[in-house]
Amino acid sequence: MSTEDKIKYTEDLVDLDGKQEYTITVYAENRIGLLNRIAIIFSKRKINIESLNSSASEIDGIHRFNIVIHEGYEVVRKLARQIEKQIEVLKVYYNTNEEIIWQELALYKVSTDEIAEKVTVERLLRQYGASAVVIRKDYTVFAVTGHREETDALVKALEPYELIEFVRSARVAIIKDSAGFHEKLKEFEAEEPGEELVENEFLEKGGKIFTM
Amino acid sequence: METAQDTIQQTEAKAETSQTFFKGTGSQVLLNGLITEGVKTIFGYPGGAIMPIYDALYDYADKLQHILVRHEQGGIHAAQGFARASGEVGVVFATSGPGATNLVTGLADAQIDSTPLVVITGQVFAHLLGTDAFQETDVINITTPVTKWNYQVTDANEIQEVLAKAFYIAKSGRPGPVLIDITKNAQIQIEDFPEYVKCHHIRSYRPKPKVRVEYIEQAAELINAAKKPFVLWGQGVVLGTAEEEFKAFIEKTGIPSAWTILGESAIPTSHPLNVGMLGMHGNYGPNVLTNECDVLIAIGMRFDDRVTGRLDKYAKQAKIIHLDIDPAEIDKNVKADVGVWGDCKETLPLLTKLVNENKHETWLAVFRDYNQQEIDQVITPELYPEGEEITMGEVLRNINEICDGEAIIVTDVGQHQMVACRYAKFNNTRSNITSGGLGTMGFGLPAAIGAKYGAPDKTVIAIIGDGGFQMTPQELGTIMQFGAEVKILILNNRFLGMVRQWQQLFNDKRYSFVNITSPDFVALAKAYYIEGQMVNEREKLRTALGTMINHKGSYLLEVMVGRENNVFPMVPQGMSVSEIRLK
Ligand SMILES: Cc1ncc(C[n+]2csc(CCOP(=O)(O)OP(=O)(O)O)c2C)c(N)n1
Repeated sequence: MSTEDKIKYTEDLVDLDGKQEYTITVYAENRIGLLNRIAIIFSKRKINIESLNSSASEIDGIHRFNIVIHEGYEVVRKLARQIEKQIEVLKVYYNTNEEIIWQELALYKVSTDEIAEKVTVERLLRQYGASAVVIRKDYTVFAVTGHREETDALVKALEPYELIEFVRSARVAIIKDSAGFHEKLKEFEAEEPGEELVENEFLEKGGKIFTM
Repeated sequence: METAQDTIQQTEAKAETSQTFFKGTGSQVLLNGLITEGVKTIFGYPGGAIMPIYDALYDYADKLQHILVRHEQGGIHAAQGFARASGEVGVVFATSGPGATNLVTGLADAQIDSTPLVVITGQVFAHLLGTDAFQETDVINITTPVTKWNYQVTDANEIQEVLAKAFYIAKSGRPGPVLIDITKNAQIQIEDFPEYVKCHHIRSYRPKPKVRVEYIEQAAELINAAKKPFVLWGQGVVLGTAEEEFKAFIEKTGIPSAWTILGESAIPTSHPLNVGMLGMHGNYGPNVLTNECDVLIAIGMRFDDRVTGRLDKYAKQAKIIHLDIDPAEIDKNVKADVGVWGDCKETLPLLTKLVNENKHETWLAVFRDYNQQEIDQVITPELYPEGEEITMGEVLRNINEICDGEAIIVTDVGQHQMVACRYAKFNNTRSNITSGGLGTMGFGLPAAIGAKYGAPDKTVIAIIGDGGFQMTPQELGTIMQFGAEVKILILNNRFLGMVRQWQQLFNDKRYSFVNITSPDFVALAKAYYIEGQMVNEREKLRTALGTMINHKGSYLLEVMVGRENNVFPMVPQGMSVSEIRLK
């Protein structure tokens, strides 16, 4: 379910103009050059992509992008339509953080000596739910998954202890309310789209227009 | 290199129907595919990276007419003119590198004006891709923002499927340009090819939705309740071949209707419900009354800023109904109260069924009142000038009197374009061909050549400014060689007129680099064996226009018009449409 569907019921709960984080989920055919087409939609409008992840989806041959931007609802809605217009794109959803379950993975490289010597570090790591991925004589790599604040907090905490290197992945997200994309796919595969499955994006204002 | 000819086992019958397996080169299978798609005319220019395709073309001369343009930009504008006049897909060939980059302006123009094109570019051998090989350019990435779809073929086995997809994508839904870049190895690769199958479905692509009656019902309800409804129509009506359906709708509802310049000739100029042109140089009434109507029904138009002027003051009082095939257009610039997403060929008849018959006489009379003011203050002085100088408007009046609305008028970009759109009369759809969204100077001459191939039975008149003509004059060579009968009418004001008008009105007459000199256009035409003359005096104008139109073959007529004439009315940029100025 997209934010748009939600809006029609809870319009006043969402600040339509206010910027916030949106996660755009794009289902698309796996095709060379499509990422560029999608990226252009953002760059043309001078919109910065905060994070972008592309991966296989649960369906063979279909890729899934998670794109995080900080924008207002109207902008996001229009962007989504432009993305959905691309020939290889099957479906675009856009959601606020409340509507998704999301994670980022962070890796931290720290000096093994430091870790070994300073018990506080170990405690710190336990506190942040980190796990050791590699332990060598010279350094150890820890991994943490979580929201930005969590992975950021560990960076802060490790800085005094010789944090050699740090990297964070793009966001991956799953939409809480979504019934899954499989159903939708049947519609796309059908020669002629079935009646009950057709999108109905502009009906939301139905109630209002009749009171002119 | 093994030549294709050695191994061709193709028979005539196979080439025609592609029924059976076909053994040949990628180039041959491409040309067969084009024939199966119904292509008869190609505009193009050869070069190293597309030579195998041209080599194959040599054997197809009886089925595929190739027009050798003088510049790839000319080729793609010609294909646009062809597509716009005929309603078919325009096809362009160009080589890699400089050939392909010369297409970019035309692609951008076709993209924004929704013109269906299939463009084939040659590319270096696949194994050289990414090595900065001779004439290698990253055509796919350069053209991505200006194509509806593009694809690089590196293996001949992909050609049939990709070509079929290309045609389907170019002409379905909201049409647009599609580019296929074919590496040289794929062009010469010899394979057994299966039967060519046209494409009708792509899993991820929905060219048009199934129409929902709910939208139609909501729209009908608004229209039936409206006291002052107003229709704005655009090229969507033409692209959807919904001219008849559109006419039926406005005739039943009696709603005054105005057009964008790309929608212009969808219904005859003389239709009683046709109240004129929208936008920056549009008619007085339609612009002012946009801000007075109670229901605004936009059909196949996209609320371009040249049409809306200042958006925050645009039709705020009206309920907006927007019919469009492209869902991304609905709510993009103007928020719709009812968005009717669909092909207007389908949505309009459904709507017509649900709306009440009406006449809206008093409301229509308001348009006529405004029109009368415009006639008195602007149109009459423009069409029947009293000064000595010839006006662009009177040239158009004379054309109307001679051609009686039957000609196809192709324009370039500038004042003459606005004057032509404002004053030319049309009886038939697809008669007004102009570069709308991109406003590309240099479009006129090549597009007119293409239009002539698209509509060979029509008189094609290209109306071009002295500036714009100098952007693509080399296409006179194409006319010379292939004999497309184009009437070239240069309206020479010895200025880059439209820019000069802005400088006069908004920059204190600081005429910065708009004073443009011209060669002897008639002598230039003569150098290409094209007849022509120049007129300076009103007494000779009518005869000269008659000579041009009745001449057998192409003809160039240069008319010297007033230097500092302006096009009015005008909505100054950044103003509301209701602040339109009559002078
Ligand atoms: C390729 C291109 N370059 C620049 C412009 C900007 N431009 C718009 S109208 C115009 C002047 C056109 O002059 P001319 O062709 O003489 O026609 P006129 O306006 O005098 O009728 C210019 C320079 C453009 N539209 N296209």
